[in-house]
Amino acid sequence: MRLEVALPVIIPLFFGALTLILWRWRLAQRVTTVVGTGLMLLSALWLLSATWQDGILVMHMGNWQAPFGIVLVSDLLGAIMVVLAGISGFATAVYSLTSMSKRHEAFGYYPLLHLLLAGVNGAFLTGDIFNLYVWFEVMLVASFALLILGGERAQMEGAIKYVTLNLVSSAMFLSAIGLLYGLTGTLNMADIADKLSYAEDPGIITVIAMLFLVSFGIKAGAFPFFFWLPASYHTPQVAVSALFAALLTKVGVYALFRVFTLIFTQDVDYTHEILLWVAAATMLTGVLGAAAQFEFRRILSFHIISQIGYMIMGLALFTPLAIVGGVFYIMHHIIVKANLFLVSGLVYRLKGTYELKELGGMYRSHPMLAILFLIPALSLAGIPPLSGFFAKFILIRAGVEAEAWWIVAVALVVGLLTLYSMIKIWAEVFWKAQPEEYANRPVHGSAGSGVLYLTIGGMAALTVFIGLGAEPIYQIADAAAHQLLNPSLYIDAVLGER
Amino acid sequence: MSPQFTLQSLILRTAAHFLLPLLLIFSVFLLLRGHNEPGGGFIAGLVAASAVALYMFALDIRSAKRVLRFEPRDLLGWGLLFGVISGVPAVFMGQPFFTSQWLELTLPVLGELKVGTPLLFDIGVYLVVIGGVLLILLSLAEAEE
Repeated sequence: MRLEVALPVIIPLFFGALTLILWRWRLAQRVTTVVGTGLMLLSALWLLSATWQDGILVMHMGNWQAPFGIVLVSDLLGAIMVVLAGISGFATAVYSLTSMSKRHEAFGYYPLLHLLLAGVNGAFLTGDIFNLYVWFEVMLVASFALLILGGERAQMEGAIKYVTLNLVSSAMFLSAIGLLYGLTGTLNMADIADKLSYAEDPGIITVIAMLFLVSFGIKAGAFPFFFWLPASYHTPQVAVSALFAALLTKVGVYALFRVFTLIFTQDVDYTHEILLWVAAATMLTGVLGAAAQFEFRRILSFHIISQIGYMIMGLALFTPLAIVGGVFYIMHHIIVKANLFLVSGLVYRLKGTYELKELGGMYRSHPMLAILFLIPALSLAGIPPLSGFFAKFILIRAGVEAEAWWIVAVALVVGLLTLYSMIKIWAEVFWKAQPEEYANRPVHGSAGSGVLYLTIGGMAALTVFIGLGAEPIYQIADAAAHQLLNPSLYIDAVLGER
Repeated sequence: MSPQFTLQSLILRTAAHFLLPLLLIFSVFLLLRGHNEPGGGFIAGLVAASAVALYMFALDIRSAKRVLRFEPRDLLGWGLLFGVISGVPAVFMGQPFFTSQWLELTLPVLGELKVGTPLLFDIGVYLVVIGGVLLILLSLAEAEE
């Protein structure tokens, strides 16, 4: 029995219930949230180190043995994702102390934040495919409510698109689970993988795999299902945007990694070829969409899409090095992307707008912020020695080794266009002088922005750390990829040696 | 209060005073019975919530809130907390989360009584359902006013 496997799910649930009880006391809610997310981060780190030392950990919930009961499984990929969720959750909680207004807090921001984190962690750790669906729904319910927190018109508009497409995705996910259950008679992922390895008819399995691809593709924001993302991510409170950007699509990516390494490996030539095309199209459309935008958060939203393409590229190439690249990319991306959104929030606080045209002169007035923007921005574009360089380098090297020249070309071009977008933001927001007519907008001023600087600085330091200390991070990603490419490790850990 | 909302029925109003305690007792009965037979926290919570809802329709929102005593939101929070806590004792026994733990008591009048963590979980569900349903219902009724 390993306690640490369940803690990252139990802790946010417990503290979420606590903040619900403390609804009337704003200060108590805030303290509880920071303590709760902090403890969650610590438990996640504990889980990662335990998984690193002892291999895949399993907890049979309620002592009902697999494959009949629901298991929580922590392999390295799951543990890494939980740590990343912990980091972004904690950063968001601290950032919210200043950025979230009383009015928004009164609508139940803190309980929803915990519920979202519980859903995300549950999805990363569960070893049961129907339970995965349940955690997806927990996460979605919380995200629906967070998205419309404040109830502005633009938020409603974004939320309708978001809800509709995600419900379609859930319905498809559920029917795919039904088909899979009909085929194998089990819902435990390890058991499904085991049973499918003896299956005689790979045709129907590929059909089910494609259903999963579409369903998770919608959640991940992959081409051609990404429309909901840029329509909604720029509308909520900026702390919520940052958390969504860091975690929600990555849950979809994680699910793709999970099912396409563990379960659907019968017809790799076919399924992963499709994944590769999806990856290329996702990268290109995302980055081109961003080039056409002139609103801070919209540009960033489109870049999430193009980055998702890189991660799927790692999965699609399906060589050991490529999977390492994919995992490394996820680690780098979550930190960097959350941070860019946090920077945009601070810019908004100081200047009162997200429109690039109306901004300017920030380098002169806030040089510290300019540097803190440059670190994640250049990392996103893949400039050495920052984290994004190593992530892209591993992926491109894997592409060259697999002799998939065209995807390498696409990845390089997209990297260049990403740099263009980041330089666009730099030039418009920080470098050029602010147009006179927008200069005297009533704003919050810099009061209380110390906490915001602290959060952004911390995340930027992490980016630099992943870049400079790429070797240990690479080793963790390497071990995670090793586990992913040897599904028998996972199956044996869950079902026991047979 | 809008006229179409209040049902000016003397019969309903009188009956509601008697039905409220009856339904609440019935909901507790369902809750306790639920472990081995049909019943349980969810259905019991619905019955209890409908008792308060009936009271609200027969009288008005303020009296319904008064008779409830607690904020629905607090019930929701406590229910969730009970649900989570019910999984914890197993850890101290060295078993996975949510493994049910039983305590057998011999009471003077009632005889043998088995108390366990599933009951705590069921009470949690009961409170969450009451809180959730009434939170929605009371907010809608207040919005209509």
